[in-house]
Amino acid sequence: MSGAAPMLETRGLCKSFGALEVARDIHFRLERGARHALIGPNGAGKTTFVNLLTGVLAPSRGQVLLEGEDVTRLAQAKRVKRGIARTFQISQLFRGLTVFENVCIAVAERMGAGGAMLRPAGAHEAVIAETTRLVEMLRLAEDAGRRVAELPYGRQRLVEIAIALGLAPRVLLLDEPAAGIPSAESHIILDAIASLPEDIAVLIIEHDMDLVFRFARRITVLVSGAVFAEGTPAEIAANRDVRAVYLGSALDG
Amino acid sequence: MSGMLPAAREFARRHRLRAWEALPWLAALAAFFAFPNHLSFGTQVLITVLFALSLDLVLGYAGIVTLGHAAFFGAGAYTVGMLAAHAGWNEPLSGLVAAAAVAAAIGFLSGLVLLRTHGLTLLMLTLCTMALLEQAANMGAAWTGGFDGIPGLNFRRILGLFEFDVLYFRSQYLYVLAVLFVCFVLVRTLVYSAFGQSLTGVRENVLRMHAVGAPVRSRLVIAYTISAALAGLAGGLFTQATGYVNLAVLGLDRAAGVMIVLILGGYGRLYGAFVGAVVYLMLEHQLAKAYPTAWQLGVGVLLVLVALYARNGILGLVEPLRRRLAALRGIPA
Repeated sequence: MSGAAPMLETRGLCKSFGALEVARDIHFRLERGARHALIGPNGAGKTTFVNLLTGVLAPSRGQVLLEGEDVTRLAQAKRVKRGIARTFQISQLFRGLTVFENVCIAVAERMGAGGAMLRPAGAHEAVIAETTRLVEMLRLAEDAGRRVAELPYGRQRLVEIAIALGLAPRVLLLDEPAAGIPSAESHIILDAIASLPEDIAVLIIEHDMDLVFRFARRITVLVSGAVFAEGTPAEIAANRDVRAVYLGSALDG
Repeated sequence: MSGMLPAAREFARRHRLRAWEALPWLAALAAFFAFPNHLSFGTQVLITVLFALSLDLVLGYAGIVTLGHAAFFGAGAYTVGMLAAHAGWNEPLSGLVAAAAVAAAIGFLSGLVLLRTHGLTLLMLTLCTMALLEQAANMGAAWTGGFDGIPGLNFRRILGLFEFDVLYFRSQYLYVLAVLFVCFVLVRTLVYSAFGQSLTGVRENVLRMHAVGAPVRSRLVIAYTISAALAGLAGGLFTQATGYVNLAVLGLDRAAGVMIVLILGGYGRLYGAFVGAVVYLMLEHQLAKAYPTAWQLGVGVLLVLVALYARNGILGLVEPLRRRLAALRGIPA
């Protein structure tokens, strides 16, 4: 245990719904600037783990620490303010609003302008400038004035990422960012993830092994709510047990 | 500004006043001179506009589905009525302030509990709140006049200058119009603010709103409280304009009526309240004259048509037209 505390850490994290244990004694470290992937078969508890990290669910036991500070009891909104942002496996967007407005809402909240009642939203120049920057960064400028519901799904996934980046996160949790995107479009997501700022610690949950091995410098395998293996991509790829329970043909193919 | 993203420029400008926004106010003033014998009806329309506007803030913008909004209208109406009848407090403007304060207090306290829920539970709880108040008004006969209400109320001159016009409603009409204007400016400011934008965010996706770190519940409670205050003002105006208050101010009929007005006009668009109130009340008026026993049938048919063919209300029908006009104007630029 040398050096500074990791960006995000869990200690003995457990969660059960009645008799069903969905998280079992998870010890996990996400380092500063990490590019970390969380993989595992369906029902392994990956999304539950994200929900525990973000405060959507309260753990039955164990701790969540952000830079060494215990945030286990903090509500979701407070954790967001501390710098934990996420995207959702199934897009959670403001479908009736434009792309620009979607990102703007997140940016306004982060800059503390979200509760301002008398000044027009359009008069917050810093919010508009930051929103513009993010929209351009994710190459959404052409669609900025369109309603999100009219966008192809792949572009919607980019809006999802733009919203999360609008929160100026130090930890970014990407829950299957490429899920549901036709393979012809998945490169937009890959490009977007590849160009994320270096200083953000990123945890990505993904089924697409191409994406995982291209992106991750570290991989954790979750099975039945427990950490099954952890290591570099090469170690994980070489791990016989992992191949047996999960990767199987995905690596052979 | 030329280097700005078009969407950003549009966003930075959307709160600016447009020329057509003067129309409803000009129309209201024109009606004052054109229909001097119908100002009692006109006053009811304006009060309904204010009431529907207050509902639009919570239902149209924040997406809070409530069937009990008449609770606040009634609270305001009874506050003004009881103060005048029992405390001799019949100065109109301060009466309105009291009405707004009482309604806001009820909105705040009930909102703290109600807004933890959503969907059907929320709907039922808003109904229950209203039913509780209605029963309280019914049973507290010594204060509220019970089933008969409080008739024959008199109020002092507005600002010490304008006497309430019992026959022609001239001063009432202008008084209500002035209050409506002030409230409208407030609501318009709110919906174009970042706060208003965050309410829209809650309506569109509450899960995402939590995930961007917004204090969702406190935003909703604030919006609900402001909306309750505005509905209370509408109720207070009702009592002052008509000189009586009775149980009809806080029943389901009134709560459902204002919702119909808003849906008819188009919710979440500010001016839907104006269009809906005018169309609904005129229709009700005309149909009741022509078919005294069956007029509600006509209203029902209209509602079915709106539900089937104009989900976004009458204003929603106009919108594509407006967009096409804007596009036409955009071509030479």
